[in-house]
Amino acid sequence: MHPYTPQKPPLPRSTEELRDTIPGWGVDLDPADRPAVPRLQDRPGLDGGIPEPAERQPERWPRERSIEHGMLTPVFGTSCPPKGLSGRIRRLAYARYSEARAAHWLLLLGADRVDTLESTLGSFLGRQPDNLLAETGVRSELSHGGFSSRVGRGRADLVHQPLDAVIVLGPWVLAGYGAVTAVRRVARLRRTG
Amino acid sequence: MRAMVYRGPYRVRVEEKERPRIEHPNDAIVRVQLAAICGSDLHLYHGMMPDTRVGHTFGHEFIGVVDEVGPAVQNLQVGDRVMVPFNVFCGRCWFCARGLYSNCHNVNPNATAVGGIYGYSHTCGGYDGGQAEYVRVPFADVGPSKIPDWMEDEDAVLLTDALATGYFGAQLGDIAEGDSVVVFGAGPVGLFAAKSAWLMGAGRVIVIDHLEHRLEKARTFAHAETFNFTEYDDIVVQMKKTTDFLGADVAIDAVGAEADGNLVQHVTSAKLKLQGGSPVALNWAIDSVRKGGTISVMGAYGPMFSAVKFGDAMNKGLTLNANQCPVKRQWPRLFEHVRNGYLKPSEIITHRIPLEDIAEGYHIFSAKLDGCIKPIIVPSAA
Ligand SMILES: NC(=O)c1ccc[n+]([C@@H]2O[C@H](COP(=O)([O-])OP(=O)(O)OC[C@H]3O[C@@H](n4cnc5c(N)ncnc54)[C@H](O)[C@@H]3O)[C@@H](O)[C@H]2O)c1
Ligand SMILES: [Zn+2]
Ligand SMILES: [Zn+2]
Repeated sequence: MHPYTPQKPPLPRSTEELRDTIPGWGVDLDPADRPAVPRLQDRPGLDGGIPEPAERQPERWPRERSIEHGMLTPVFGTSCPPKGLSGRIRRLAYARYSEARAAHWLLLLGADRVDTLESTLGSFLGRQPDNLLAETGVRSELSHGGFSSRVGRGRADLVHQPLDAVIVLGPWVLAGYGAVTAVRRVARLRRTG
Repeated sequence: MRAMVYRGPYRVRVEEKERPRIEHPNDAIVRVQLAAICGSDLHLYHGMMPDTRVGHTFGHEFIGVVDEVGPAVQNLQVGDRVMVPFNVFCGRCWFCARGLYSNCHNVNPNATAVGGIYGYSHTCGGYDGGQAEYVRVPFADVGPSKIPDWMEDEDAVLLTDALATGYFGAQLGDIAEGDSVVVFGAGPVGLFAAKSAWLMGAGRVIVIDHLEHRLEKARTFAHAETFNFTEYDDIVVQMKKTTDFLGADVAIDAVGAEADGNLVQHVTSAKLKLQGGSPVALNWAIDSVRKGGTISVMGAYGPMFSAVKFGDAMNKGLTLNANQCPVKRQWPRLFEHVRNGYLKPSEIITHRIPLEDIAEGYHIFSAKLDGCIKPIIVPSAA
């Protein structure tokens, strides 16, 4: 091989060929035609005028917010107010730690796990008990080629897919194991005591 | 109403939920006609995104009919058919005034590092999403557009995220005529980025993935050269070989937080949640591009740190461009491209799934079964 030179490597297809074969080739060649250029555009309001500041949405329950905000934003989502132990962890994460801190995100991730346990256990007492298996959609393994979509295709994700089952079922197996051991202990204490 | 709800990692179901209400004078309620599942939803579905609450409804790609409007809404009327950008944005903050709709400062109390996104966890504002019969649309005069008569519904729904994002990703590559462009990921975003790169005058477009059916789509739909990274000992070396050992001019990361190709990176991120995301594709992009080249990051990563090869990016003098896509800003130009037939987004749709079967829909898309590339969700009342 020759030493490196200033030339660009030749293209497999010439510009003319590309223009002829690829619909729309080069229609956005001029950066001025690209909507993302320049990155910062000057458009106060979408239709030209200086808009009024946004009105405030009523806060129907104390809404958690990042301490990197100076105030509650005027508009916000109202899905799933914090509840239970997970809700307390979430409130702590927001009240105490900024987005810059790993603690903020780790507490929130922890709260998510607690929420899953709380909500699933709670559902068994309510009208819509969770159906762990149906909710994973694994039924589609049979109807949508679970085997043929994987085998002999050299997919890179097959090695870790079994871990998904551990993530879904692991906490329940652990909780079940814990419950059984506890019951056994109590029983043994009764017998010996 | 019927709505998809999250029940925990890898678990979703459809349940009866209260119909959303007008919370603010500028809100509208939209009856959803079509929605989609996005690769981003998989990060939530897998439990990677902090503050994803049980009971939350996902879905940030949807079109529908205006069902109710708040007292201050002027541009929309009940009965209008609208497409809604995945960004919730106000149109009047510092960022919106500069066209950075995805970075709106007025709609997400939970975080300042990301704007508002429908159905995308509390970290993105806590808005319920469009994989449901009805959805609340804040700033109804600002975000949604009426669907033009000539546009097909399946094209419209993909314009609310996937197509706009792919097109935006190609733009952030700052492509010049004749540039070689490597796209990591042949999902919807990668396919659209590859296709859009040609519009900007790319001389070569290469797509990398490990799923053959998606690489096939990259060849036929996006006219790209393709490489299956599992067939090479080291895909970075292969990229050097194919560019005369210079490196590509531009690389686009259309993979994001759950990238495969390095088990330690994948497992510590996607399974153990110890990193914000698995930066395998991003690191490959950094190492595959030539010195002084540009990297466009469309792949989404969580808010925690990730093991990114920043030293290489610095030493190579790379330009890194990244953002959530400000969707509405792309629309006028993209509408022209769709109308002229340069882009036909619905060609990548592989599955049409009733809302009631959404658990299966998520599993098929997540486990990449049955040649799935893009699943569309059809609510019962549509
Ligand atoms: N910036 C935005 O506004 C925006 C919008 C939409 C989606 N996204 C993000 O873009 C990414 C892609 O979205 P999508 O809908 O196309 O998702 P997708 O999951 O369908 O596609 C990702 C593809 O990457 C492939 N892949 C995995 N590891 C790879 C590797 N190391 N190298 C190359 N390919 C690899 C997968 O096989 C898959 O085909 C996601 O992270 C999503 O969150 C960002
Ligand atoms: Zn998306
Ligand atoms: Zn704004």
